[in-house]
Amino acid sequence: MTLAEKVIARAAGLAHVVPGKIVTCQVDLAMMHDSGGPRRVDSKLRTLGAPIWDVDKIVVVSDHYVPAVDADSAHILQFTRGWVAEHGIKHFYDMRGICHVVLAEGGHLTPGMFAAGGDSHSPTGGAWGAFMVGIGATEMAGVLVTGELWVRVPQTLRVLLQGSLANGCSVKDVLLHLCARIGLNNDYRAIEYAGSGMADLLMAERMTLCNMAAELGGKTGIIAPDARTIAALKLAGRQDAVLDPYWCTDAEALVECDVIVELGELVPHVAAPHSPANSVPVTEIGRQKIDQAYIGACTGAKIEDLRMAASVLRGQQVANSVRLLIAPASVATTQAAIADGTLATLLAAGAILLPTGCGACAGLGAGILAGGEVCIASTARNFKGRMGASDSHVYLGSPYTVAASAIAGYIADPRDFLLTNSKASA
Amino acid sequence: MTVLTTSPLIRGRVFVFGNNIDTDLLAPGAYMKGPIELLAQHCLEAIAPSFASSVQPGDIVLAGAGFGMGSSREQAAQALKILGVGCVLASGFARIFYRNAINLGLPALEFDAPDFASNGDELEVDLAGGTVRNLTRGTHAIASPMPEFLRVILADGGLMPHLAKRLGRRER
Ligand code: SF4
Repeated sequence: MTLAEKVIARAAGLAHVVPGKIVTCQVDLAMMHDSGGPRRVDSKLRTLGAPIWDVDKIVVVSDHYVPAVDADSAHILQFTRGWVAEHGIKHFYDMRGICHVVLAEGGHLTPGMFAAGGDSHSPTGGAWGAFMVGIGATEMAGVLVTGELWVRVPQTLRVLLQGSLANGCSVKDVLLHLCARIGLNNDYRAIEYAGSGMADLLMAERMTLCNMAAELGGKTGIIAPDARTIAALKLAGRQDAVLDPYWCTDAEALVECDVIVELGELVPHVAAPHSPANSVPVTEIGRQKIDQAYIGACTGAKIEDLRMAASVLRGQQVANSVRLLIAPASVATTQAAIADGTLATLLAAGAILLPTGCGACAGLGAGILAGGEVCIASTARNFKGRMGASDSHVYLGSPYTVAASAIAGYIADPRDFLLTNSKASA
Repeated sequence: MTVLTTSPLIRGRVFVFGNNIDTDLLAPGAYMKGPIELLAQHCLEAIAPSFASSVQPGDIVLAGAGFGMGSSREQAAQALKILGVGCVLASGFARIFYRNAINLGLPALEFDAPDFASNGDELEVDLAGGTVRNLTRGTHAIASPMPEFLRVILADGGLMPHLAKRLGRRER
């Protein structure tokens, strides 16, 4: 079986599953956030009048409407707190960071788990060798009372990453490249990232890969655990974590197709409005002026992402015509950025620090665009109107590319700046 | 006896859309804080400003691949349901949207024939058999059958009434 099939089979209590079959799985963990969670499931639970199946398996995160910007968002956060208290939910992260990132920081996900999240970027959990899918609020209400979720066993599409990334390139570029190459409609497939290049990739990079399996339209993204996974789990407080070689795709398993990416040949990519599929090498974009550069989201504002931006911005200044906004993915990210000097570098270059949370990524928090404005963002999607006015324009790029563009005032190739920086420090 | 809360025969005018109709178009973020009825009035307005005001109960949405891609926000399917859309036919659905639609009792059929109708044509959809008729053109085609498992949820009126039944409770 493939890794995804193994996890599904275990959760369904079956020895074997095959793609296409619909099976009912026991859920090991259910995650909800302030937007799609308590305020949407509460009335449904009351209607059903059934108790929550297992409060220990539920994680609630307030990240979308934080910090409150008006009475409506304040009410949503207040409601979330009240609901968590009423139901005795122990795992509650209130304004501590973006759900997919705090789940990882809290060591909530381990290899072989079957998890459901009330958010479309739930595939991020696959970085830990878990099978994690996104669901809507009504379905979440169903999970909360039954502890079960049906899935159609997906085909596995494997992305084989070979070699290592060139300077100025990141896994975000891998994903933007894939969005153009294999498109956004890889429905019902599990996207497994594997290959010789995987061993070098940090957990944060693996999370970005799995996160944007959502953009590829996959059911989820998943990566077989290795020694790095287990070491990271131990750091996150899971002293019980052990590497079980069972959690991998068997050599004889039926993989629907393999897509090979030579990391060393990859160049920085940028996706033009209004779809991640409009992605091209940055060199083909032309001199596109920008008003805002945004480093944020679960996809692009983890500490490793901020370090990428800092490596470009070190000793540089953001262009006068541009505002560079940085919304770290979690409180722990901000603390790490203070500790290692990353934040000082960013601020010295003229960046503006925003609160931790989803922020402008989904058009809910600070950093919204006006009509006609152009932004380049390290976020995952650039659908029409997502970050503000319906006639605003969002380009997607890696943290390197966003930082380089902030300096230039137009969309720029980060490799030019990294070259200058390394010369300057040499 | 199963009481069919979803009529198996759906008849209405069709609204035709292209590929990759995403959840930010269906449920714009700016209205996500407010009541769903208000959000529904802005459904698809970025590409079809008059859709919400002109759609009638029972009308049908016909689209290409990737319908409902993007966020898990259930409001994307709910907005269509509230506007009275009787059925969504699309070459392909984003999986969360598809699940949300069934869970909310909004029929969604995979129907790979984006040129089958033009805006305003009268369509009739037989959910049980999967036959889609274009009454204006006098043509018909067959949609992919929906798995039995999901037809039961849809026939119960969505996941909530389905669970209420399973848990032995009546929906209040
Ligand atoms: S940061 Fe953006 S993509 Fe990530 S969970 Fe929040 S809204 Fe979704």
